[in-house]
Amino acid sequence: MIIELGHFCLILAAVVAAVQAVVPMVGAQRRLPGWMALAGPAATAQFALVAVSFGALTYGFVTSDFSLRLVVLNSHTLKPMLYKVSGVWGNHEGSLLLWVLILSGFGASAAWFGGQLSASLRARVLSVQAAVGVAFYAFILLTSNPFLRLELPPLDGQDLNPLLQDPGLAFHPPFLYLGYVGLSMAFSFAVAALLEGRVDAAWARWVRPWTLAAWLFLTIGIALGSWWAYYELGWGGFWFWDPVENASLMPWLLAAALLHSAIVVEKRETLKAWTILLAILAFGFSLIGTFIVRSGVLTSVHAFANDPERGVFILIILALFMGGALTLFALRAGAMEGKGVFAVESRETALVANNILLAVSAFVVFIGTIWPLIAEMLWDSKLSVGPPFFNVAFTPFIVGLALILPLGAMLPWKRARLGRVAWSVWPLMLLALAVFGLVLVIQTGRSVLAPMGFALGVWVIGGAAVDLARRTGRGDLGARFGRLLRLPGADWGKAVSHAGLGVTVLGVAVLLAWQTEDIRAVEVGAPYNVSGYTVTLKGVEPRIEGPNYLATRAVVEVAKEGRVIAVLRPEKRVYPVARMPTTEAAILNGVFRDLYVVIGDAQAQGGYALQVYVKPFANWIWAGCIIMALGGMLSLMDRRFRVAAGARKARAQVAAQ
Amino acid sequence: MRWFATIALVLWAGAALALDPSEMLADPAQEARARALDHEIRCVKCQSETVASSNADWAQDARRAIREQVAAGASDAEVKAWFVARYGDFVLMDPPKTGANLVLWVAGPLMLLAGLGLAAGAAARRRRLPEPAQPLSEEESARLRDILNRE
Repeated sequence: MIIELGHFCLILAAVVAAVQAVVPMVGAQRRLPGWMALAGPAATAQFALVAVSFGALTYGFVTSDFSLRLVVLNSHTLKPMLYKVSGVWGNHEGSLLLWVLILSGFGASAAWFGGQLSASLRARVLSVQAAVGVAFYAFILLTSNPFLRLELPPLDGQDLNPLLQDPGLAFHPPFLYLGYVGLSMAFSFAVAALLEGRVDAAWARWVRPWTLAAWLFLTIGIALGSWWAYYELGWGGFWFWDPVENASLMPWLLAAALLHSAIVVEKRETLKAWTILLAILAFGFSLIGTFIVRSGVLTSVHAFANDPERGVFILIILALFMGGALTLFALRAGAMEGKGVFAVESRETALVANNILLAVSAFVVFIGTIWPLIAEMLWDSKLSVGPPFFNVAFTPFIVGLALILPLGAMLPWKRARLGRVAWSVWPLMLLALAVFGLVLVIQTGRSVLAPMGFALGVWVIGGAAVDLARRTGRGDLGARFGRLLRLPGADWGKAVSHAGLGVTVLGVAVLLAWQTEDIRAVEVGAPYNVSGYTVTLKGVEPRIEGPNYLATRAVVEVAKEGRVIAVLRPEKRVYPVARMPTTEAAILNGVFRDLYVVIGDAQAQGGYALQVYVKPFANWIWAGCIIMALGGMLSLMDRRFRVAAGARKARAQVAAQ
Repeated sequence: MRWFATIALVLWAGAALALDPSEMLADPAQEARARALDHEIRCVKCQSETVASSNADWAQDARRAIREQVAAGASDAEVKAWFVARYGDFVLMDPPKTGANLVLWVAGPLMLLAGLGLAAGAAARRRRLPEPAQPLSEEESARLRDILNRE
């Protein structure tokens, strides 16, 4: 009964979305206030209906209702509760339901908080948002219905892919989807603005927080996925340049670009057409990402969710929305005249450079991801484009970005003197160069990647600190500290997220350059040395029973300079229901290095295979992501105040007249 | 739980680590070279995985083939050519830098140049046009009158 209610609500939501897509749009074109006003309540109703529908499916998973096909395929009575719930979105159908839940959620919040928008812009935004919704409701109901019942329910389910039964991965898809779908808001605002024929500072002030929120969620989602790969896949890789990962990186890069160009529109009323184009493309790449993940057109590790027929449907959605929006853009973009002029040496130019570098790096990821498909279609040649390509073709643009970042962030608007800014950071430049030289000398003969990572890290993190310090002006230290604390959230957000980027860049470079791997057959009780650590396999406990798996657990003692610093317990698990083995690495986390231990098979000549990896600065990668997201949050908090303050000021002015 | 344990035992055979010590070469220098090659050869039976990290049977066979050749004195290029002859370019993680594939490497730099060119063009156009004088709004003229009158 509850399941049928959920199914019914989903159909009803589709109908509401169809109405919401048409009526307010017509109302906005013809200036009919009643028709436009429908958008708000419709958005709220749509969200409520999808929420009920999502709740019903969750109920099906939590109560292990095996008359539901989806629950049978993806759940099991023995599965822990957390994974019963995360099983809702750990599959194709359920993840799409989550997709439309978030889509309608964003639409509803635009309706709730969009009171200050002009009636026609608000109606158009909500209408475009609903049009995207209609396409996805149709997709779910026609090709991927999560509410299909089975005539003969089995006694138990087939379990969720054990690799996915993990806290990191339980929350990875929701965050990623919040990011992907969040960019739909930027898209809706862009299309609505093209229809209105007007882009101004107020428009940018609305687009920025939504883009910022989407970017923030994408950052967290990507970091969670990468962290999961690091500890779960058993050898400490954190990024594989896999098509599915690239699918999330492209919108992230474009959202970052959009974030920066929207600042230019807001502050200086220029770069309008480019910002609109970015907003359309950013969501376009989210759709491409969905297409890549859901169609399995590019085979990848994540292929547990693929189906070619569904791929065609998403391709049609993609063609429809991108084709429509880009045509509209071609027709209307000419009308978006920029107002502000700026000199070559200015913040605006720096942000244009930022946008070019981010867009080009996204494009490089795109062409590398899509190339195997192109080569197969045009020349019938099957080939792979893997990490070696991306490391060479992608990295230079990010290095360039990191190099110009501190200078660009400190340049004044409109007309600046580069020399003056450079003068205030020359000690930092010297420090970065000194660090480069020092590390180069210390490491003797290894790749230049590590010194570059350290130098760029110092340059970017230090640059963020100098930026903050400069904002406090002159005077004695106490007064400047007071001013520092009172700086607007946006300033803090900018400095913090820039510093986060520096931390991540440092972590990635140093880990890749300095990690070591030791694989050997080990007798129980025989100590050996790995990069200065004494490792001893103390024993192996076979057949430990988990809730839905069996494990072999090794006890490994790690000592440094004769002192035991940790006892690690790596496991090898087997999930009998899903018929899959997994490795559970044991990791000794540290600020400057991780010790990563994996237990292997029993050896023919006695003993066990043991892998020990030393991963320097590994945690900096994800710490940097968290810092970036934190910066986004700080900035977002500031925005809310300013949007509200701006509105208050506007009202006060109206009242005064 | 007995069936549970039985299935688990059957499965255990497949639960191997990627690289097993028994596969490794005795000479550390040769093993290091072979390990580097592992990262460049794709496991063709897997999905976007190199033979360095895959525990599939195919990957294990591939690692063995790499080590046999390295031990026999083959160069890196020879080992890769051996794989390409059998499995095509698909088996290399880094596509060959020939013919149409060159597009991959030049696409980024070309787009960077195009972007810089466009931006420079737009900047030049903007400089030629003087900033259009905006007429004052009602409110602004009123404020201006206020200020002028005050003096």
